[in-house]
Amino acid sequence: MTTANEPYVLNIGPQHPSTHGVFRLRVVMDGEVIRDLDMIVGYLHRSMEKLAEERTYTQNIPFTDRADYLAAMSNNLGVCLAVERLAGVEVPDRASYLRVIFAELQRIASHAMANGTLVSDAGAWQTPLLYMFREREKILDLFEMTCGARLTTNYMRIGGVAFDPPPEFWPALQELVDEMPTRIDEYASLVEDSEIFIARTQGVGVISAADAINGSLVGPALRGSGVPWDLRKAEPYCVYDRMNFEVPVGRRGDVYDRFMVRLEETRQSTSIIKQAMAQIPDGPHKTDIPLALRPPPGEVYGRVEGPRGEIGFYLVSDGTPAPYRFHIRAPSLINLSLLREMAVGVSLPDAVVSLGSLDIVVGDIDR
Amino acid sequence: MPAGPHQLDGHRVAASLSAAAAGIVTRATDEWVEVDPERVQEALRWLHDSEEYDAAQLSNLTAVDRHTSFEVVYHLQSLDLNHQVVVKAILRDHEAPSVPSAYPVYKGALLQEREVYDLMGIRFADHPDLRRLFLWEGYPGHPLRKDFLGMGGGLTVGLGRFPNEDLANPDRQMNAGNLTSQDMPREAGGFGSSMASGGH
Repeated sequence: MTTANEPYVLNIGPQHPSTHGVFRLRVVMDGEVIRDLDMIVGYLHRSMEKLAEERTYTQNIPFTDRADYLAAMSNNLGVCLAVERLAGVEVPDRASYLRVIFAELQRIASHAMANGTLVSDAGAWQTPLLYMFREREKILDLFEMTCGARLTTNYMRIGGVAFDPPPEFWPALQELVDEMPTRIDEYASLVEDSEIFIARTQGVGVISAADAINGSLVGPALRGSGVPWDLRKAEPYCVYDRMNFEVPVGRRGDVYDRFMVRLEETRQSTSIIKQAMAQIPDGPHKTDIPLALRPPPGEVYGRVEGPRGEIGFYLVSDGTPAPYRFHIRAPSLINLSLLREMAVGVSLPDAVVSLGSLDIVVGDIDR
Repeated sequence: MPAGPHQLDGHRVAASLSAAAAGIVTRATDEWVEVDPERVQEALRWLHDSEEYDAAQLSNLTAVDRHTSFEVVYHLQSLDLNHQVVVKAILRDHEAPSVPSAYPVYKGALLQEREVYDLMGIRFADHPDLRRLFLWEGYPGHPLRKDFLGMGGGLTVGLGRFPNEDLANPDRQMNAGNLTSQDMPREAGGFGSSMASGGH
């Protein structure tokens, strides 16, 4: 009997910690090296786009919470901005500032989750994850204080936001943004000089800038490859044109760069929140809209820069209260376009770290 | 009408495309340009390579069922020039719609086309791996089609109408505070009363 090195099929998931949700990978292995990879998704498919065609625009906002459940605020914001442009609804200034504050808090919370689980994937089991969850917890408390929910917030409304934050919100937010820079330095010190983390992430999962653009990558996955593309700068919505912030980019396009881009973005988000707190005016937090809003017939592609990149809403109206077509451009799904190319030819642990660095949310993939 | 802040006028794109490839444009509006579905790959290639348009990224690809035809919609983005070009291809064959794949031009079309194939049933010729994405092989039909009636017993998804909508006065304001507790259906002896009487 000979012991030839034969390729074999390995099934990872759908329930596996390194797949970040009910996401299944079917890999053909030759020893430790991946020869082929196929992803099998759809375990969380709820057919939101079909369901949305039977509901009014306002009734569809909660669906967007459940699409990307780690960035509910950003998804709420995206759909509200799209409908507002379609229907020509004006938003009060105070609501725009509140939207920016909550979208940036969501970005910090989501990046804490993404970076924490990535460090876990790279072998630093749980300790950094729990450090990063500490501030995420405080952010979720702020969400709960304002709208009663922690993950599925359903906070934004067409024409504004659902509630003005309660009085105790502002001191708690001030405390958070004051301590945030030292906390971020603490996270950075945990991993920046860690030899294990550097060995597991530098030079791993490299995506060139040209491939990232051609493969429709967005968000930190695109910026990690050195492309300074951020919709908050390119197409400023809400009041981002009044904010002073930078767009961090990576140099090599590897896992380490994507991690550092996210870490730096939390610093920028903290600064944006501080500026918004200083500038926010008094006034109403929403405008009145008809109970069953009937946008004129037409179509719109509204988009925002979510934690995972461009969240797009392609809406087609036929003049009735329910959308004729409701398409969500999901960054988590489209960022996986290059997964097979990244994984073939590398070892399994490197592929797991590469997948972690793309920061997928399975609810967003399957919708 | 509600064009994006950096969305190019479809007429301008149509003029350049027609000059480069005669007969490729079938219609143009202020917002988008419609191209011959057989030549969609050629149109995307030209926009991708052109210096004037520099459509480097396919930011979104989706489709709309118009009952007798399908619209395939491409949102193209130039990252350097910061503008957006919207291209559409109208597929007249509603029974077996097919269009050339955008994958040879944009690798980002890989999963987006699989999604459209799965949910809308549009075939993309030359796609390297055209399989269903979310649903399983053998699933009957394509759910996002308007004629897909997946639920038995004549049921439809969603509510027949908005719960408190005043059909006689559809523009009644939602936030004006004129919703009273009487608008909310409340059954006698509900959850609250059984708690108060200490049922068990």
